[in-house]
Amino acid sequence: MIEARNISKSFGDFRALTEVSVSIEPGRLTALLGPSGGGKSTLLRVIAGLEVPDSGEVRVEGRDVTRVPARKRRIGFVFQHYAAFTHMTVWDNVAFGLKIARTPRDQARQRVTELLDLVHLDGLARRYPAELSGGQRQRMALARALATAPGVLLLDEPFGALDAKVRQELRGWLRRLHDDMHITTIFVTHDQEEAMEIADEIVVINHGQVEQAGPPDQLYDHPANEFVMGFLGPVTRLGGELVRPHDIDVSTGRHPAASEAIVERLVSLGFTTRLEATLADGQPVTVQLTRAQAAELDIGTGDIVFLRPPHPAGAAAGLVPASRPGSARP
Amino acid sequence: MARRLLRYGVLAYLAALLIVPVGMIAYRTFGHGLAPVVDALTSAGALHAAYMSILVCVLAVPLDVVFGVGAGILLARRRMPARWLVNSVIDLPFAMSPVVIGLALFILYGRGGWLGGWLAAHGIQVLFNWPGMVLATAFVCLPFVAREVVPVLEELGTEQEQAASVLGARPLQTLLRITLPAIRWALVYGVVLSAARALGEFGAVTIVSGNIVGQTQTLPLYVDEQFGNFNPTAAYSAGLLLAVIAILILLAMTLLTRKRAREHE
Repeated sequence: MIEARNISKSFGDFRALTEVSVSIEPGRLTALLGPSGGGKSTLLRVIAGLEVPDSGEVRVEGRDVTRVPARKRRIGFVFQHYAAFTHMTVWDNVAFGLKIARTPRDQARQRVTELLDLVHLDGLARRYPAELSGGQRQRMALARALATAPGVLLLDEPFGALDAKVRQELRGWLRRLHDDMHITTIFVTHDQEEAMEIADEIVVINHGQVEQAGPPDQLYDHPANEFVMGFLGPVTRLGGELVRPHDIDVSTGRHPAASEAIVERLVSLGFTTRLEATLADGQPVTVQLTRAQAAELDIGTGDIVFLRPPHPAGAAAGLVPASRPGSARP
Repeated sequence: MARRLLRYGVLAYLAALLIVPVGMIAYRTFGHGLAPVVDALTSAGALHAAYMSILVCVLAVPLDVVFGVGAGILLARRRMPARWLVNSVIDLPFAMSPVVIGLALFILYGRGGWLGGWLAAHGIQVLFNWPGMVLATAFVCLPFVAREVVPVLEELGTEQEQAASVLGARPLQTLLRITLPAIRWALVYGVVLSAARALGEFGAVTIVSGNIVGQTQTLPLYVDEQFGNFNPTAAYSAGLLLAVIAILILLAMTLLTRKRAREHE
């Protein structure tokens, strides 16, 4: 169990974190999700011991480690820009932690071989980082972080510098790796899709504070506030409430709870169709329909439609009262 | 056409400024054949002067490496209130005449100086002795290593060092295994430039060494003395030796630059 309690950290006039508390369950894959500059990387670096918080404490297994230097925390850390040791070969990069720990030579050799195998770099051991692609470099960084069998693996925007296809591959691969090793893992990302796809728990961080924490489905279905709702998926405004575009009920017949709107545009996006309409008060609204729904409605630009939020007015947006922020498992 | 003119112009200018004078030394040196040159260079005075030059160089350059790397890390890594001040102080030896540096050391380490009295009481003779010469030379060559190292450290950033510390490395291990290897080329350049400058140092060393023949005389001082004593063959021979060393150092720099460029491909 990793706990951050009331962590505050400022850089000059900038308050990166304000009284942040988070609990991380052992053996799980947790995402710290939020917009850039929101403080999530700073929180990760505080947990790693690369930053000392101005106040608050970090506890690992109940022990206060706030002022324990990073090198004594038994963590693996993967940096966004790889932080590869440029003057060392792939092999020496991965072996670095073992060399520092004075691991016997045979044992170290075996461990490095295993890890290079694991990250599919077994043929590239003699290469230098400059001779690797971005994805290969990041896999090397991961092998290096895992070499000393750390108790926790921390990843700071690990796939942020990679192109979309490689990012997608590595994502799935990280999830499988985690399922095999069950090492407590925390990764920072600003990509909600990435967080939803691979995390067991998501902690949404914005403006240096925790907005909400919980499993992905819970956050998606019961966001604590409009920020979380907007950050985790597409939203549109209907009748003063924030709703998901695919939750809106569309009909061509009048209904007492429905708002009248005029169709501006229909955009076919393959399986789905996006309906852009304007409400009577001039507000734009977006609705997501399946292709079959769109065909059944048989509407076109300029037609009048009636839009109904998913729930009766009042509980419309699916917002629940804010769960106590800071607990990853409310 | 204009470009070609410019090219020849530059070459002619370089020739007039550098190649012709050095060539003249070579021509005059060998004016009476090889034997007098060999005699001049193997004379006791010349040999001892060469020995002193090398000794001072070998001791002063490591001092500059330690200072240069330390100052470089401070400048590149720490947010200091008076960063601009430190930055300009490092360049001071570039701007200041070596003679003034020599005078300053003379005052500091002389009999009545702040440090001189105390050191003399403990039996340490700095002035008119090799320690003073090393200090003066180190001072004059101070900026070279720092100036080479700072931009490389800035470009390097701190991520690799952080990665090392997370992997369990202590600060000294990080310095030796990560930081120094990463800046090795800048260090090599700094050392080469410092060594070249140290071998040629005249102004500051003249003052603190006292120019005692056979004791504290370095090659440049020897050249000056022989020249003043109307012994041109000795002066030209030693002068040519210094010039050859400088050219060899430049050549080494060029080769290193090429090797480095290849390594970065």
